[in-house]
Amino acid sequence: MSLLVYTENWNGKFKKLSLELVSYASGVGEIMNSDVIALTIGPVEEDELMRLAEYGASRIIVAEHDALKEYDTLTYASVITQLAEKEGSDVIVLANNNQGKGVAPVIAARLAAGLAAGVTGLPVSVDPFRIDKRAYSGNAMARLEIKTAVRILTLAQNSYDLKSNRRDAVIEKYQPVIENSPAIKIEDVQRQEGKLLLTDAEIVVSGGRGMKSPDNWVHIEELASLLGGATACSRPVSDEGWRPHGEHTGQTGKVIAPNLYIAAGISGATQHIAGVSSSKYIVAINSDKDAPIFEVAQYGIVGDALKVLPALVAAVKAAKND
Amino acid sequence: MKILVCISNVPDTTTRVKFTEGNRNLDSTGVQWVINPWDELSLTRALELKDNASNGISSVTVAHVGPASSEPTIRKALAIGADDAVRVNCDASDSYSVALQLAEVVKEGGYDIVMCGIESSDHNGSSVGGMIAGLLDVPLVSAVSSLDLRGGEPLISREMDGGREIVTTSLPMVAVVQKGIAKEPRIAAMRGIMMARSKPVKVVEPVDTAALTEVIEYEIPAPRAACRFIDPENAAELIFLLQNEAKII
Ligand SMILES: Cc1cc2nc3c(=O)[nH]c(=O)nc-3n(C[C@H](O)[C@H](O)[C@H](O)COP(=O)(O)OP(=O)(O)OC[C@H]3O[C@@H](n4cnc5c(N)ncnc54)[C@H](O)[C@@H]3O)c2cc1C
Ligand SMILES: Nc1ncnc2c1ncn2[C@@H]1O[C@H](COP(=O)(O)O)[C@@H](O)[C@H]1O
Repeated sequence: MSLLVYTENWNGKFKKLSLELVSYASGVGEIMNSDVIALTIGPVEEDELMRLAEYGASRIIVAEHDALKEYDTLTYASVITQLAEKEGSDVIVLANNNQGKGVAPVIAARLAAGLAAGVTGLPVSVDPFRIDKRAYSGNAMARLEIKTAVRILTLAQNSYDLKSNRRDAVIEKYQPVIENSPAIKIEDVQRQEGKLLLTDAEIVVSGGRGMKSPDNWVHIEELASLLGGATACSRPVSDEGWRPHGEHTGQTGKVIAPNLYIAAGISGATQHIAGVSSSKYIVAINSDKDAPIFEVAQYGIVGDALKVLPALVAAVKAAKND
Repeated sequence: MKILVCISNVPDTTTRVKFTEGNRNLDSTGVQWVINPWDELSLTRALELKDNASNGISSVTVAHVGPASSEPTIRKALAIGADDAVRVNCDASDSYSVALQLAEVVKEGGYDIVMCGIESSDHNGSSVGGMIAGLLDVPLVSAVSSLDLRGGEPLISREMDGGREIVTTSLPMVAVVQKGIAKEPRIAAMRGIMMARSKPVKVVEPVDTAALTEVIEYEIPAPRAACRFIDPENAAELIFLLQNEAKII
């Protein structure tokens, strides 16, 4: 028995998400009495790989092959499937991000293995294997029983705390067998350089229609940058073209789980909340004391966001100078 | 070229969900059923592609795995503009068995492009599309935010962490679509609603399969603690609380 965790890397670097995955896998491994094998699709430098050992990986495997230079969903899924079969892994852990959502179901189909997508905690029991996952777009949790011998889990971002658990890990190179050349041909890549990604941000400052005009985003941006966070918005705001589409959160936008979500001039429609309800803390600023956003917020200010935001900016500056 | 759009039948997204005794099933009293929002957008995109005659799309079919009670949702898709529909007559609870049924539909019908949403708003499985591709071993592009055709070849943009890629692949293929695929869902016009009545819905019996997963119970998360209100004239107090009470900044 072994537990395989697939940790994506971004140009040879891991993110906090990768470490969360290994931490989570070693939590599951502890319950199941299995060692954690971390797989990444290379190339990644040795120092960087050893970071995974800090969180409990006892073997770190780097798969390298010419056919793996670009992300082809089926090919990546084959690599992970092959290794899982070779190692007899009974649990496979991936991230519930773009890549994880792409490859996990393919692996599940290939292995006829049950998949729980977007889990936020450890299994509640191992035999039978039961685990809680998000359902009804955040309005409920489902306790899912996976009936197969191999179980596939995708972990929701920022849902599991890092726990250091140092191992003397070995690094192994792995050359998978790739039978078919990648089906996807990449014609162009448009990278968003240098900016903190919304899904990576631990603090997010977000604005809705109550912000009145795109010019007023200076306040949102200033507060976000002071707090080291990213900016977001509600759907009507991106529909109006006030903000880029990549910023809209909610059921039809990005689903995020930062430590802190500050919502200014956002009413709190269920479709918006679906994207942010996993935030650890929600702060709402709204001029209407009955706005539904206050039902999900821990801290609230009833007032004009265009006055409150500059006051918060001043308060953060003052706190920093103390 | 033929497109298949997989549609799932879900409670209207504003539903305050409740469960029946034992918390195993949704309490469907008063629930309005709709096409899963992603599937409505993917159907819209399929129809837009068909509208452009130079794309040479002969039909847009919708497929649904579910009991007869989901027919109104299928009719709605036909009213929006789908040419015909296939319904696999069984309950849909486990993503793998749903994918297996849909893979059968794809094999039978010989579709070139299969479109699925990134997730159903009830199961949040993010599974079915990828599983169909895995079962049929056909190219899969996930996180698709735009889909076009260029001389009979799909031209797709897919979202990556920190950017997007323009990619192409061979047919048949599965596209798992998300934000951006269409701007607004197309709505049914009166004429469409009339025509939908006479459009064919083929009902097929399921192939044998076992569920790999089962929901044991649902739980409504405990409401968060009541909101603590801070005087708007004293914004600094909020910053103080975030620093010293919540300890998150
Ligand atoms: C199928 C479907 C999917 C959807 N998906 C999403 C989604 O993913 N994300 C999303 O966001 N929405 C989504 N929506 C839309 C959603 O229902 C709401 O319409 C939307 O979230 C409202 O945005 P808002 O809060 O910015 O605007 P409004 O509802 O107009 O609210 C503005 C708020 O600002 C407050 N306000 C006004 N002036 C001020 C001021 N000066 N200072 C402080 N507060 C002020 C008002 O009291 C009000 O509460 C979806 C809808 C549907 C039907
Ligand atoms: N019962 C179903 N019938 C047809 N298509 C479905 C069904 N369930 C899910 N799908 C498709 O699979 C996508 C993802 O659903 P899920 O894997 O449940 O999150 C949906 O957007 C649909 O396109």
